[in-house]
Formats: sequence, structure tokens, C-alpha cells
Amino acid sequence: MGFDWLFEGANATRLLYGLWLTIKISFISVGLSLVLGTLFGLLMTHHSRFIRFLCRLYLETIRIVPILVWLFVLYFGLSIWTGIHISGEWICIWVFVLWGTGEMGDLVRGSIASIERHQTESARALGLTRWQIFRYIEIPQGLRRVLPGAINLFTRMIKTSSLAALIGVIEVIKVGQQIIENSLFNSPYISLSVYGFIFILYFICCYPLSLWASRLEKKWEN
Amino acid sequence: MNWDYIYQVIPQFYRAALMTLSLSVWGVVLSLIVGLGIALLVTYKIKGFTKLAKGYIELSRNTPLLIQLFFLYYGLPKIGIKLDGFTCGVIALVFLGASYMAESFRAGLQAIPKGQIEAAKALGLNKKQQFIYVVFPQAWAIALPSIGANILFLIKETSVVSAVAVAELMFVTRDVIGMDYKTNEALFLLLMSYLIILLPISLYVRYLENRMRRAKYGV
Repeated sequence: MGFDWLFEGANATRLLYGLWLTIKISFISVGLSLVLGTLFGLLMTHHSRFIRFLCRLYLETIRIVPILVWLFVLYFGLSIWTGIHISGEWICIWVFVLWGTGEMGDLVRGSIASIERHQTESARALGLTRWQIFRYIEIPQGLRRVLPGAINLFTRMIKTSSLAALIGVIEVIKVGQQIIENSLFNSPYISLSVYGFIFILYFICCYPLSLWASRLEKKWEN
Repeated sequence: MNWDYIYQVIPQFYRAALMTLSLSVWGVVLSLIVGLGIALLVTYKIKGFTKLAKGYIELSRNTPLLIQLFFLYYGLPKIGIKLDGFTCGVIALVFLGASYMAESFRAGLQAIPKGQIEAAKALGLNKKQQFIYVVFPQAWAIALPSIGANILFLIKETSVVSAVAVAELMFVTRDVIGMDYKTNEALFLLLMSYLIILLPISLYVRYLENRMRRAKYGV
């Protein structure tokens, strides 16, 4: 089997470029999801029942359908319904942000809900305003509880970005397939090592993150 | 929306939904069995196994299903192991699902207070009886909501198996869009099929979660 193919032509750079695209999609999606998700999470703790219901409805709608299905619906649907053709790369980012906003929002909501009520009540008794309670009590404690989950969401996004290959984005898997097609005649075993190599690449990207998340979780357990 | 066309392709989608379901059932049942086995070996600290199991769990959780599938479907035949798409799908689903199930079972098993086992021992139950009558029923109840969530997750992941030519919902949708350009109709049926499969399970998992919360906090 061997990994000679990696050093042939521009194979290594192309693979890395594909990986870079994968990471870029995940980074942009995570960045936007962090901001929008936090706002969405705050909205989920709103005192109006109707607003809470709408948020819940959004979250459940996003959650119940597989991500690949969302990718397909937007990729094929948008161009038909609106006549605008958006590249697969941007469809991925859109879908991931819609998904990430919901999931991140749920994490933020959960962490705010898990802050004991007496904390905010004592803060109020001390004369802190709503904004001060949010700034000095809810954010510092909430952040600790949200961060491990948010990092896990990030690794899930990196993993899920592999699905971009199925709507034609030339990311790392697609590049791998092209390399296999190019050199199938010279080295028949190449698909085993190319897919094995990409398997390891993904692991190298995701494992440190999930290790970090579980460390933080343990550290902040109390 | 062309309703006549929808009626015409409903049987196709019905067959595809059955394929999705059968992938799911195989994937879920085998993941549960393998996951429970791993959780038991880790919880009861079988020598030399813990590290192996942890390695496997990390590997399976930190790599995408798609690449696992491609490795099985396109990679393995090169060394003489030829599997059809369905078998590859089930193996990949179990590879992914068993680690999630193992974590759920482990959390459940660890949540059983030591006093319970000591009490069982005091009653004269042997190890096997302790597990069957005291530990497992409680661990199962604790793990159930998270197992439910994993089941939901695995059923959704079956959509990725379409990439290795298994005629499940995603695959048929792509087929219909490619053959007849009936994008609206195909996407509509795709969404409906997943809703019909996933909504009842999702509601049941929500119900289990609420029941667990009530049992824990009494609210």
C-alpha cells in the first residue's frame, strides 16, 4: 500500500488545501454560531411563553432532520425556488450556522438555567441591576458551563463538514477521490491508503479538541 | 408541486423508507449490544481492555461516518474483503454508534450507588444475580434518555449511507432529482419521510427525559 502517492505531483498540497477548506467552513460556521447561538440562547430564556415556544420550534425543526438532508434541501431547493445559485461551500456554511445557532442556543439556555436561582436573587438583594447580574454573575459562570459543549459542537462541525463532498465541494474527501481516480491504474491499492490517510487527518483535527473539552469539563466540574 | 407525480413515486419512497428503517434497526440493535459489552468491560476494569476501548471510543467519535464508510466500501476490497453497501453501512453505523452507546451505559452503570451492590451482596446474591436484578435495571433506566438520543442520532446518520449506493431515502431522492428533475416533489417527500420516522421517536425521547428529570428533582 504505502504512501508514495502523497509525494507525487501536487497531491500533498491539494489534500492540505482540501483540509483547509474543511477547516475554513467549520471555523466560519462556528464563529457565526457562537455569536448567533448566544443571542438565541438568551432569547430562549425570555419570559414570554410565546417567544420561548417559537425558539423551541426552531430548535426542534433543525434538530429532527439530518444535516445531509438540510444540505440537499437548500442546495437544490434554493436554486429552484429563488433562481439564485449559491456555491456548495456557502450552502454548507448556511446550514451549519442554522444548525449551530440552535445547538449553541440550547447550550447557553441550559447553562443559564443551571445557575442556581439564589445566586441571582442574592445579587438582586445586593442591589445589582439586571445588566450587572448578567455581566458579573451569569456570564462568568455560564461561560464555564457552555465552553466544553461548544468545543464538542466544533468537533461535530469539523466531522460533519465531510458531507460537503456530497454536494460537490472540493474539500479533503473529494480531493482524495480525485487522487484515487488519477492513479488507480498505477497503484491499485491506493484507495485503501488515501481513505486511511484522510481518516487519520480528521482524527488529528478533532481529537485535540475533544480532549480539551473533556479536560475543561473535569476541571470545572464543581 | 405536482401531486400526480408524488403519488407515482410514493411506492419508491416507501421502499426507501423501509431500507432506512432496516439500516437503523440493524445499526441500533448491534450498537446497543456492542456498546453494552464495551461499557461492562470498562466498568469492571477487565485488564488491558480499558485502554483499547478508550482508544476505539476516541477514534470512532472523532472521525466522520462518511470517511469510515468510504474506507470500508472502496478501501477494503483492495485487500480482498468485499462487502456490499448495506453491510458496510451497518458496520460503519455500529462502529460509530457503539462508542456513543458505551458512554451512555457507562454513565448509567457508574451512577449506581455502592450501597446498592453491598446490599445485594448482603442478601446473598452472587455477582451475576447482582448485575441482573440490581445493577442493570437501574443503570438501564438512568441511561435510557441518552440511549434514546443516540438512537435518534444513528437513524439520522443513516442518510450518509446513501453515499455507498444503498437505496435509502437520501439515495432515492437524489435519483428522482437526477432522473426527472422533480426537485420540489422529491425534497418534499424526503422531508415528510424523515418526519414520519423521526417525530414519534423524538417525542418519546423528550418524554423519557422529562420523566427522568421528574424522578431526579421531583419537578
